[in-house]
Amino acid sequence: MKRRNGPLFWIGMGALSLIFIGPLLLVLLTAFKSASESRTVPPTYFPSQPSLRAFDVLFFQDAASPVLRWFLNSMLAATMHAALVLVVCSLAGYALARMEFRFKNAIFTAIILTLFVPGFIFLMPNFLLLDKLGWLDQIWALVVPGAAGAFGVFFMRQFFLGLPKELEESARLDGASPFRTWRSIVLPNAKPALVTLGVLSYLANWNDFIWPIYVLFSPERLTLPAGLSRLQGAYTIDYPVVMAGAMLAAIPVLALYVFVQRYVIEGVASSGVKG
Amino acid sequence: MAVTTAQPTRPPSGATPTPGGRRSRGATSGIHGSRWTPYLFLSPFLLLFITFVAVPGVLGIWISLHDWDFLLPNKPFVGMQNYADLLDSGSPQFQPFWNGMKATAIFVVISVPFLVVLPLLLAILLNRKFPGRTFFRAVFFAPFVLGVAVVGLMWRYLLDPSFGMVNGLLGALGLPSDTAWTTEQPWAWISLAAVTVWWTIGFNAVIYLAGLADIPAEHYEAAEIDGATSWQKLRYITIPGLRPVLIFVVVTTVLASANMFGQSYLITKGGPGDSTRTAIMEITDLGLSQYRMGQASAMSYVLAVFLALVSLVNFWALREKKS
Repeated sequence: MKRRNGPLFWIGMGALSLIFIGPLLLVLLTAFKSASESRTVPPTYFPSQPSLRAFDVLFFQDAASPVLRWFLNSMLAATMHAALVLVVCSLAGYALARMEFRFKNAIFTAIILTLFVPGFIFLMPNFLLLDKLGWLDQIWALVVPGAAGAFGVFFMRQFFLGLPKELEESARLDGASPFRTWRSIVLPNAKPALVTLGVLSYLANWNDFIWPIYVLFSPERLTLPAGLSRLQGAYTIDYPVVMAGAMLAAIPVLALYVFVQRYVIEGVASSGVKG
Repeated sequence: MAVTTAQPTRPPSGATPTPGGRRSRGATSGIHGSRWTPYLFLSPFLLLFITFVAVPGVLGIWISLHDWDFLLPNKPFVGMQNYADLLDSGSPQFQPFWNGMKATAIFVVISVPFLVVLPLLLAILLNRKFPGRTFFRAVFFAPFVLGVAVVGLMWRYLLDPSFGMVNGLLGALGLPSDTAWTTEQPWAWISLAAVTVWWTIGFNAVIYLAGLADIPAEHYEAAEIDGATSWQKLRYITIPGLRPVLIFVVVTTVLASANMFGQSYLITKGGPGDSTRTAIMEITDLGLSQYRMGQASAMSYVLAVFLALVSLVNFWALREKKS
């Protein structure tokens, strides 16, 4: 494989990059246009008179669409969800990786089998459960049910299986309890896996669409994706405002992604190879 | 209280087995701890799992056997009626359900080939050694971290038939600039498939890349010595080497496409007509907007059985060729 990459290769790479990043830049530029300029034919690409009007409308002008509140709701729900997934899955994954107990294989098999059950099966019954729990239109509807997924447990178990046992053995010889061993020996060594699972859970929750649009009702309870889809109202759409909202939802995850892209990509890659 | 006091001098329980029950639980230590320790570690997850996965999985079947209107106090048992209605062309559920199944099938058929092949080509490109490889990998993966709401809203604007920038750019290149990307067929399907490729190409590409890294470089070197062409190397080394990954990608991509909802909800709003109203849109609209959960649950189980059969066929078809 000594072949050199010629200019054609680099032109191709540049063109591909433009296909993936270009649309995001066009949308970002649209957010600085006036409503009328967003509808000119043929379209302009750079705003002729850049203004912050769309952001002003988005944040301050429409009391029925409390966008900052949606942003905070999304952030709070995603943070709580990721924290819950990490605690619950690292505990269960550790038991399944390192401990022997009755029904271990049955429990593990039951969890894994649900990886093959499509999620839409659970929409109606979980809606009814949330109703019984009084969690409809509450942040708990976003935080808790999704944390029961099999992926996190499977992912943590695989990681723990790959850790050398010696550290835990020596902690045991020092008389540490299982919980203490897990807390102060195992978890610090599981940082890469915890970061990966935490970020993937955060992203999934932040981006979730189908669930929040049906379990949230009050305008002030919505998440950003659920709220933004309602901005696309019945009357003519103020596109710069909608695009500004889309960027508000996109930029935090893109910024997070810039810092942790290695964890995200490797987490996704491992899900394919091991799964 | 005495039981919780640490006893540093006692031997580790694993080294000297003690008769069960003699020692208090708090004093037992070791990786295995007491016999309840594993269940304590598992209990938070199992509580969630039983509540939000195991129970709903069965509850859904129960709901589907009733005329279950969320807003009405009476939810009469109707047996298999909800399922029978889906096969009865005279029932009001028949047409919308099969229209949704058809839309879902069309989307799977037109999107999966591109979602399987284009990421493979991208992965082969990224598998070459060149400076900035990690950077480009990150760029191509970037749209995948966005949610479907962002992707749907932005492409609805970019694809607008009159003032959208896709038509604008095509016009600037001297190509037809009046394509009705979101309001006429087959353009609506093409748009939805293309947007999905743009959004998710990095996901499958990254999975292929992990698979490509496992193919020994010596295989390619040996082939080059034998004078193999690029096509032959792809056909006889890369694709056979990727077979397990390819099976995973095909099966998961079919399922993902069959779950399509947000793209047509936001970009085409199910239209033109109801041509892009997918099965998931039909189920959520009936069950979670109109609250007719019995019928919607029955539909979701029928769709799930279809998908299970399709997955089995995929496994079988991709395995067969091996012999």
